[in-house]
Amino acid sequence: MDGTEVERIKRESRRLRGTLAESLADRASGALAEADQVILKFHGSYQQDDRDRREARQAAFLEPAYQFMIRTRTPGGALSSAQWLALDAIAERFANGTLRLTTRQAVQLHGVLKEDLKPAMQALLREARLDTIAACGDVNRTISVSACPEAGALHREVLALAARLSEALLPRSRAYLEIWLDGERLADSGEEEEPIYGPSYLPRKFKIAFAIPPRNDVEVRAQDLGFVAIAAEGQLQGFTVTVGGGMGMSAGDPRTYPRLAVDLGFVAPEQVIPLAAAVLTVQRDFGERRERKRARLKYTLETMGLKAFRAEVERRAGFVLAPPRPFGFAGSGDAFGWIREPEGAWSLGLWVPGGRVADRAEARFRSGLRAIAERHAGGFLLTPNQNLIVRGVAPGEREGIAALVREHGLDLHERLRPLRREAVACVALPSCPLAMAEAERALPELGARLERLLERHGLAEVPIGFRISGCPNGCSRPYLAEIAFVGRAPGRYDLRLGGDRRGERLNDLAGENLEVEEIFARLDRLLARYASERRAGEPFGDFVRRAWVLPAAAPLEEPTP
Amino acid sequence: MPGGGWSRVCRWRRRSGAGHGPGVAEELAAALAPLAPRLYSIASSRLEEGEVAALAVALVRTATPEGPRDGAGSGHLAALAEGARLRVFWEPNPRFRLPAEDERDLVMVGAGTGIAPFRAFLQERAARGARGRHWLLYGARRRGEDFLYQLDWLRWRRRGLLHRLSLAFSRQRGDRAYVQDRLREEGAELLAWIEGGAALYVCGGTAMGEGVEAALGELLIRLRGLSPEEAAARLQAWRAEGRYRRDLY
Repeated sequence: MDGTEVERIKRESRRLRGTLAESLADRASGALAEADQVILKFHGSYQQDDRDRREARQAAFLEPAYQFMIRTRTPGGALSSAQWLALDAIAERFANGTLRLTTRQAVQLHGVLKEDLKPAMQALLREARLDTIAACGDVNRTISVSACPEAGALHREVLALAARLSEALLPRSRAYLEIWLDGERLADSGEEEEPIYGPSYLPRKFKIAFAIPPRNDVEVRAQDLGFVAIAAEGQLQGFTVTVGGGMGMSAGDPRTYPRLAVDLGFVAPEQVIPLAAAVLTVQRDFGERRERKRARLKYTLETMGLKAFRAEVERRAGFVLAPPRPFGFAGSGDAFGWIREPEGAWSLGLWVPGGRVADRAEARFRSGLRAIAERHAGGFLLTPNQNLIVRGVAPGEREGIAALVREHGLDLHERLRPLRREAVACVALPSCPLAMAEAERALPELGARLERLLERHGLAEVPIGFRISGCPNGCSRPYLAEIAFVGRAPGRYDLRLGGDRRGERLNDLAGENLEVEEIFARLDRLLARYASERRAGEPFGDFVRRAWVLPAAAPLEEPTP
Repeated sequence: MPGGGWSRVCRWRRRSGAGHGPGVAEELAAALAPLAPRLYSIASSRLEEGEVAALAVALVRTATPEGPRDGAGSGHLAALAEGARLRVFWEPNPRFRLPAEDERDLVMVGAGTGIAPFRAFLQERAARGARGRHWLLYGARRRGEDFLYQLDWLRWRRRGLLHRLSLAFSRQRGDRAYVQDRLREEGAELLAWIEGGAALYVCGGTAMGEGVEAALGELLIRLRGLSPEEAAARLQAWRAEGRYRRDLY
């Protein structure tokens, strides 16, 4: 579907209603009408199908096994224990019995049938107090926030601001209430005022994150709009604003590329919402709308030039941006195990394999987290690396929770080597319609194989950031990894090398469309050199840039118009 | 009766206390009735699929103390390898044929494999360029697995050959209805079609067929103010005109 067509569907959707109600009522098919598949995304759900079953079903005269993914709007990934328990029950009742944690700190339900969409949405709102508005679609998506309970009040303050910003940037359309919750139709139904978005919403998805240094788990420079918290003696001063990041690219089209965000300026906390609204409307009015793969803010920024872009944002926001304040990141990974919160409680960081909360032989995450949520009232925090933190654990509670963790085998972070503990994979096959190759399902095998390779070179304990993406769109943020496999076809990936460990440097293409065997052969040779030639403490991504064929990464520069 | 042969053998063994020994095989064979031929509706039209006859066969599987047991007929068919040869014969069913007039509307009511003749009807009518309208009312357990020839029906709906499609899925959350329920809900429209000259075809299990007949009677009483006797007479009249045909099994 080209950009013009998507634009027409949005414009004529009567504020995100389309013919969704009719599509849901049609018993003949498990799918929605094509235009409604576009509209559904704005409601936080994607139509997918079980790609493993396509052929067999076609032979049986049956349409593909259509199913839906539902994604929550959970700014900063904060969930109460009661919300977690409700989500767990909803996954059992309406989805495939697993929960998938995402790199944007959302929870995804997979395998929901069309007739279960509405009851699932209702249960999410009524039982879990969660909505899914704008979790997908050409709007501001779920806002990410560094998952750092060790920052205490600062983290809570930023989290609350992110939640307010998320609310402020919601579409004003009441389509969600009408379609999923049988909300009353008012006089202006279908013509609601959309002060931020207008009738066509944004040209493309829009991602915002808040980073709290020294943690860059959100990888703020991969976001359309970033806010880096600047604090002095624990007090929030404001944010350095970054713009124009984005991971996605289209294979074989050099006009598309992953890009790091650049600094735009500095804002006080109370300026965050007006600034974000101004950036959104600039993108709304100046963004490319004919060609979707060129529609992200990063391209708008390059077309306008940073200076003109900043001037337009300032004009709309009604204030002038202060110069950006410097900040430094220590890393983009998660912390695991017990972490002390400043006020005396404890947090427990758990590694969730592939972000999939399920009961598996190696660990029973679903039962285990349910047991913890039943006993512990403090709630969970989802991390941008698809992991989970049990937060607010009183010292007296620690023992009991530690016992539950052991009992269910949730202490994988203690048993695993660093490579797999840092690895990230997107969902990919069989449910993602964009996937060209395996990702989440292949991670255990490919990760273990890479670990064996590291072991052979005496590097087993060296942390190396490894990510797999099923396609070049880059949901697992592969372009920032030290080693990344980006899917091109079944069993074939682009090999990318040379990211740093702080989310501040893009990697480079080291081999295109390679068979897995060839990738491992190349990695074998490279790791042998790394083992013998590396400097003390030199990360792999830095080594390949210094000693190998890759050029040094270009420094962050202001884009030229 | 699928599975009937097997249960007869079990009963015979229990009754006679027979074991292995001389004459047992002969005695056993004598206790069995010859297998009856299975009759299936052809689910394709020669105009569309040439010398291929498509069949919709539900595999009958029953739990027995010895484990699951497949029906003799359907089990045999299901176990056939691709390219296997099979003895078949034609049994024409003159009481369940398309109307001669291509402009006549069709209302097709079926459940399960009862959809088979209707697929043949649509193929035939599509190939003939028939101008009549088509309405399928169909019931099955779940859309995901049991909506037979789903891709065909969706395609015909898109192309405008199938004007109305009313479905009931009895094991699906949010529906749990039978085809008779749809008949009742859409009764006004249904009577309008039939009174406008449409021919009504019903195919499927006997219970479903009786349920449909009862629902039709109710509709005539409720929506047309007929007495039960008048309603029965109206159905009889449609039958006599060849506009109400059934193939039940």
